[in-house]
Amino acid sequence: MEGVRRHTLVVLVEDRPGVMNRVMSLFRQRGFNVDSIAVGHSEQPGLSRMTLVVQGDDRTVEQVTKQLYKLLEVIKVTDVTGENLIQRELALVKVAANERTRGDIMRLVSEVYRARIVDAAPDTLVIEVTGPSEKIDSLITLIRPYGIKEVARTGCVAIERGSGSVAVRVEDAVA
Amino acid sequence: MVVQTNETETDRRAEPTPAARPSNGARVLCRALQREGVRVIFGYPGGAVIPLYDVLPEFDIHHVLVRHEQGAAHAADGYARATGRPGVCLATSGPGATNLVTGIATAMLDSIPLVAITGQVPQAVIGTDAFQEIDITGITLPITKHNFVVRRVADIGPTIQQAFHLATTGRPGPVLVDVPKDVLLAEGELAPPEPVQLLGYRPTIVPHRRQIRRAAEVLRAAQRPLILAGHGILISGATEELVRFAERTQIPVGLTLLGIGGFPGSHPLCLGMVGMHGFAHANRAIHEADVIVGIGMRFDDRVTGRVSEFAPRAQIIHIDIDPAEIGKNVETAVPVVGDAREALLALLDELEPLRHDDWLAQIASWRKRPASGPVAPTGELAPQYVVERLHALTEGRAIVTTDVGQHQMWAAQFYTCDIPHQWITSGGLGTMGFGVPAAMGVALGRPDAEVWAVVGDGGVQMTMFEFGTIVQERAPVHIAIINNGYLGMVRQWQELFHNRNYSETPISSPDYMLIAQAYGIPGRRVTRPEEVDDAIRWARSIDGPTLLEFVVNQEENVYPMIPSGGSIRDMIEEEA
Ligand SMILES: Cc1ncc(C[n+]2csc(CCOP(=O)(O)OP(=O)(O)O)c2C)c(N)n1
Ligand SMILES: [Mg+2]
Repeated sequence: MEGVRRHTLVVLVEDRPGVMNRVMSLFRQRGFNVDSIAVGHSEQPGLSRMTLVVQGDDRTVEQVTKQLYKLLEVIKVTDVTGENLIQRELALVKVAANERTRGDIMRLVSEVYRARIVDAAPDTLVIEVTGPSEKIDSLITLIRPYGIKEVARTGCVAIERGSGSVAVRVEDAVA
Repeated sequence: MVVQTNETETDRRAEPTPAARPSNGARVLCRALQREGVRVIFGYPGGAVIPLYDVLPEFDIHHVLVRHEQGAAHAADGYARATGRPGVCLATSGPGATNLVTGIATAMLDSIPLVAITGQVPQAVIGTDAFQEIDITGITLPITKHNFVVRRVADIGPTIQQAFHLATTGRPGPVLVDVPKDVLLAEGELAPPEPVQLLGYRPTIVPHRRQIRRAAEVLRAAQRPLILAGHGILISGATEELVRFAERTQIPVGLTLLGIGGFPGSHPLCLGMVGMHGFAHANRAIHEADVIVGIGMRFDDRVTGRVSEFAPRAQIIHIDIDPAEIGKNVETAVPVVGDAREALLALLDELEPLRHDDWLAQIASWRKRPASGPVAPTGELAPQYVVERLHALTEGRAIVTTDVGQHQMWAAQFYTCDIPHQWITSGGLGTMGFGVPAAMGVALGRPDAEVWAVVGDGGVQMTMFEFGTIVQERAPVHIAIINNGYLGMVRQWQELFHNRNYSETPISSPDYMLIAQAYGIPGRRVTRPEEVDDAIRWARSIDGPTLLEFVVNQEENVYPMIPSGGSIRDMIEEEA
């Protein structure tokens, strides 16, 4: 489809039961595709920060944004897609390793990806890697031939470089 | 076999008389409702809400005992549409709550301020699949503007306040409040009201000046402008402003199905309904227009047909209170977010008188209402004629509710409405079974009004049980059944697009005269054109509910018709 690209949306929501459910229900109902979703506390007590990576053209993303705003708990939606973004994801990867392959894997992981080995068992290694999602994708592709047993990814979080901020103060939101 | 019902078993206890008991959640809820000005509730009791019913008689709130909770939701909806005040319905947990679902969805799709209150099992057993436990807030997530679970007595007051605020402000919609039984039983008092503060909810009422100026510029330059007026006109009470605006700018007005009544149907600038079964001249005007101003409407597919061929020459100015509607279905040249009335007032400020004589003359030359007549080719009674006579004899002043189907479209085409809120129909969801219970709600909200429910033989059989409620309330509802022996609208599609394969659309009816008699409703059956006037006059002379059955030409079709997903080029104007 023309104009379809990845957008990263930062969504500040009130930290109340059922909020995730509402957001996901909206995406499901309207057929919006979500690549990843990460949620955690924000700098403001009472506000959670969701980072959504969605696929779509500008019009779809505009619809997503407007529909999100219709949810009562959604305080602010910012499309932070662009150059100026720091994006990070954490992954834990359990890969098969034996005496013959262990050295290769460890070298690859630490030299190329600056990832860490956080567990070593006789026939497996657990790799911890952080970085943009693409970096994690590429690490996984590279070590796949060794035999991946498990992958756990957090989904992407993002923040803009410099002094720009998507934050709101709850008092501002009320005023 | 011994049938065990455990519904109230566990809760049976000897309790002191109501007056002797301290205030509890149930009383707090009733007080909170009263504080919102609630006078009528449509409901049905059950285990989880017994505490509420226990105290309800203490309050000056009229409870209407419906026969099915769907009827409660539609009645509350009809009440809201006719009065402009929020409608309230009440159901017990589990099946009571799920029976509301169709009614809530109907209200959602048509932006109706509805507050639904449901009982819930006690919090201690929530999540255990307890008897009549159902996750109604989960179920209604996509069909409510918002929903709440009340967890403490202290939250009842603020939650009810928020529920009414949300239901009635911005783009209105249904709000559901789920109240566990232990919250109803817990002791507590209603705290004084506090200003409603909702972090993420601040609808834009007054539109941006710059957008209004841009809209005015585009309108000044327009040669063939057209207004498409929707439900938002009625919701914001903008009829007078719309008339002034249309007259000053000499722009003709097309109406959506839900916009009917928002602009006087008999006004010279009114083109009547647009869309799938809209008038041909109105749809032609859309096709030729160079500017379209959509006000309080959402360019839904029944209006646009195939979007790529909709209004191909027009720049679109879209005024709506819901920003998510703008740009959703059609490309918009000038978006204006705000209340319809505020936007019209701002535009009136901005615009000097305009003229479009040629354009209006051109539209006038296209004007042709769909054919109707007292006698169908077969010599039978034509349904359109019934509606025309109803319009004539009620002098166009009745409040008309409809069901969904062919009769709905004929009513829309032939019951010309000049009065806001006199036209009450399920548009967005197209809910069969809406007409009768909605009329009941209308009659309770507007005891002054003459109320007619124009319904089909299919739809009436979906909610006929509410005749019982109508009689019990002595609600003066005139029920006009347009009996064509078919699920007519579906049959029409089968005839036109499926090779006349009338699969499962012939539908039998009971003897409606016996049904009427059983309920104690005076009834008459009409089979010939010359009996129509007499029957309508007779019904109007009766103080109380009546039932008229019009046995009409079975294979009459609704025209014009733009087939689903088609454009004006595909319009079928009349019987081939
Ligand atoms: C609850 C529900 N079920 C099914 C439909 C699909 N439907 C739309 S119109 C129609 C036929 C209605 O028949 P009737 O009430 O006799 O009205 P008529 O079209 O004959 O005037 C049907 C089945 C619907 N709109 N609502
Ligand atoms: Mg029928």
